[in-house]
Amino acid sequence: MASDPPARRDRPLSPHLQVYKPQWTSVLSILHRITGVALALGTLLLVWWLAAAASSAAYFAWIQGIVASWPGIVLLIAWAFALYYHLCNGIRHLFWDAGIGLELGPARASGMVVLAAATALTVLSAVIALTPAGAPA
Amino acid sequence: MAQFRLPPNSRIAKGKAWPAPEGAKRPRRFKIYRYDPDGADNPRLDTYTVDLDDCGPMVLDAIIKIKNEVDSTLAFRRSCREGVCGSCAFNIGGTNTLACTSFIADYRGDIAIYPLPHLPVVKDLVPDLTQAYAQLASVEPWLKTRTPAPERERLQSPEDREKLDGLWECVLCFSCSTSCPSYWWNGERYLGPAVLLQAYRWIADSRDEYTGERLDDLEDPFRLYRCHTIMNCTNTCPKHLNPAKAIAETKKLMVARQ
Repeated sequence: MASDPPARRDRPLSPHLQVYKPQWTSVLSILHRITGVALALGTLLLVWWLAAAASSAAYFAWIQGIVASWPGIVLLIAWAFALYYHLCNGIRHLFWDAGIGLELGPARASGMVVLAAATALTVLSAVIALTPAGAPA
Repeated sequence: MAQFRLPPNSRIAKGKAWPAPEGAKRPRRFKIYRYDPDGADNPRLDTYTVDLDDCGPMVLDAIIKIKNEVDSTLAFRRSCREGVCGSCAFNIGGTNTLACTSFIADYRGDIAIYPLPHLPVVKDLVPDLTQAYAQLASVEPWLKTRTPAPERERLQSPEDREKLDGLWECVLCFSCSTSCPSYWWNGERYLGPAVLLQAYRWIADSRDEYTGERLDDLEDPFRLYRCHTIMNCTNTCPKHLNPAKAIAETKKLMVARQ
């Protein structure tokens, strides 16, 4: 041969996240992962908060000021949602591990139940937590 | 570690828009991924316009029409045009499916067509499935027996045969595996839903005598257990099969035999 063929180029990778439409399956799944990470981080902050309570009244008051501020309350509510979603979806996963509810219809329905339950429990917790002590129910 | 962005050589450039057919009453735009292995350019997205009054009803009809009448350089796989060969699987309108069994009328607006996700691209809509086929071969998808062959067929009761329904129909289009984020990030070690469905098809076969070895082979943090029950596989399967359930049944057998 007169000349070698040109070196083969590296093949491009076909697009994945860039083109795959979010599905109820994948969105609920990644939400489980995200809430799991959020819970891990939230637990560290909870430990910090408790350690502050054990160290001194002044230090606790400072932390409490942050936690009871608006951003702090929003974060607490977000963590409450993370806890309830991760818990409810974890129960959904237990059913799946037993081979139950893996058809598309039931899997979708259980996903919506988990979302609704997590939202309702979060709202309930927020209402209870934010109601001033001694106020009429 | 998962690489979420496309590597620099894979980012998709703006392609060219081919002229619409004159006097088209029902024009429809198809945006199709193009990659020329002989050129130096990145992949691009070309726009073709097809008159739906002059085209068959399926997405594959439009792609074939484009190749025949507009741009003969467009490369894609197809064969049976009736959903039994598994060749024409693409990412169409954001999910993986077979172009031959997808109605154009079921899509709104422009129809984007990409090769199956997260695979090396040979040309245009033709991905390299070498690894997926090697993974399929690794589960030895055929009947394996120890007992001497009987004079006639190895018999199976109708009830045992029924257990294979929903498994044998797979056409190996790999729509499911390439819809699975877990397979995207760990495809070199995780077998993926298509291959795991095939593995279970033989595990569930009452005539197969290597069930234990098949389970041994799958008992691995990656080969089987990278399945996190995301269920994109079942959601996208163009044959309406349930790889997620086949994987869950396999995991149950793993626990049951401990």
